[in-house]
Amino acid sequence: MGNRIGLEVSLSAAEAVKMANVDCIAAYPITPQTHIVEHLSELVNDGHLDAEFIPVESEHSAMSVCAGVSAAGARVFTCTSSQGLALMNEIVHIVASMRLPIVTILANRSLSGPLSIWNDHTDVMSIRDCGWIQVFANNGQEVFDHVLFGFKVAENENVMLPLMIHIDGFILTHVIEPVEFWEKDQVEKYLPVFKPVHSLHPDKPVTMGAFGMPFIFSEAKVAQDEPLIQSKSVITAAWKELGDITGRYYKPVETYRNDDAETLFITQGSYGDTVSLVVDELREEGKSVGLVMDRLWRPFPFNEFRDAVKNADNLIIIDRAISYGGQGGPLAIELRSVMYGEKNQPAITNFICGLAGRDMTIKDFKNIYQRAMEKVKGITLEEDYEYYGVRGK
Amino acid sequence: MAKTKVDLTWQELEIGAVVTSPGNASEYRTGDWRSLRPVWNRDRCVKCGICYIFCPDAAINETTEGWFEADLYYCKGCGICAHECPTLSIKMVEEEE
Repeated sequence: MGNRIGLEVSLSAAEAVKMANVDCIAAYPITPQTHIVEHLSELVNDGHLDAEFIPVESEHSAMSVCAGVSAAGARVFTCTSSQGLALMNEIVHIVASMRLPIVTILANRSLSGPLSIWNDHTDVMSIRDCGWIQVFANNGQEVFDHVLFGFKVAENENVMLPLMIHIDGFILTHVIEPVEFWEKDQVEKYLPVFKPVHSLHPDKPVTMGAFGMPFIFSEAKVAQDEPLIQSKSVITAAWKELGDITGRYYKPVETYRNDDAETLFITQGSYGDTVSLVVDELREEGKSVGLVMDRLWRPFPFNEFRDAVKNADNLIIIDRAISYGGQGGPLAIELRSVMYGEKNQPAITNFICGLAGRDMTIKDFKNIYQRAMEKVKGITLEEDYEYYGVRGK
Repeated sequence: MAKTKVDLTWQELEIGAVVTSPGNASEYRTGDWRSLRPVWNRDRCVKCGICYIFCPDAAINETTEGWFEADLYYCKGCGICAHECPTLSIKMVEEEE
């Protein structure tokens, strides 16, 4: 392996993009993604990365440029957050249907309003159904690894889909962590040269992104959904190969002390690391608690999730986004559905917390545990979900 | 996606529904959209060709004898030919008639 160095996660993410030897970066700066694209523009300017850096005038253009570049058969990267994602939303959906293997880091940040620059998952959930492969990275090393993993999976000839890496804004992007770099030859071995199935070239004209009449639209959509579902085997194989190189084996659903636990916390993103400490403390107090972290968000790993929670009586689902007027946070709504009809259906409690960067400490998660136990025992009224720590609630 | 073949399964579509044969928009049967069909009255027609010039879909052809007729594979039945005809020799009739 390469050197293990202390570096801001954003900068190490940019270094990973450099190691992936992208042909083009099209991006517009937005907090908290800024350091990633700033560093990439420096790498291109200083001659460390032979790529086009296209400074566009909006995120809509950023993703549009990515679509064109990818359609021409080049490897392309972009990166955004929150409002930027909202602005590029139209093209985010289109590149998935066009099967363009663009890799994007989303520095997770709250969607306005009120205007906020801080971290939660409301932007993630706004594009839940955009047709991209979506993974959560929980720390700096995972971000670095998943950039290389991202291109490998997205560009696989049986996948050919865009891939988004979710990383918590500020909690990860602005924090200095030790990150182990890969050697150049390891990257070359892991990540082959991109060979597009179709590309825009005058020698062999094709039409991409064509009009689809009702007689063909549904077929086109199944032809988009099926490879996303099937991509799981490629994803698993790419993680296995990554593990054989680095010693870090990633799984669609990560678990911590879950086998014998009566109660499981369910998290996405960097909260997993915090909650693992909570689990240790509660275990010392004699509580039977464990943790399940969803890493692969789309395609959703149904079997792995059900297997990870099969011994538990209670699930505490931590949501960092709201489905206004819905049945809870988006993760809880989904997981209730995943568990519906299972033989040993656990009691599910749902807490929406940590919105727009409000800190969630070990003590807060212990409070949530306490509250969940009261709910499960019927001490308090059962509700579909609860906002944690909101004054006046 | 200009194929007129309506029985393509999802497996038969190219990745990203890419169209690999250029110029195949001509295969697209826009005639399916039509509810009214232009019919020429050759007793009145003076072969001026105004219908041919005004047709927005280039769906009117000239026969070897100089008459004009619609190519019903493409004609959408918009009725512009009938509207422009100076001798009122084109009538739009219901497709089911």
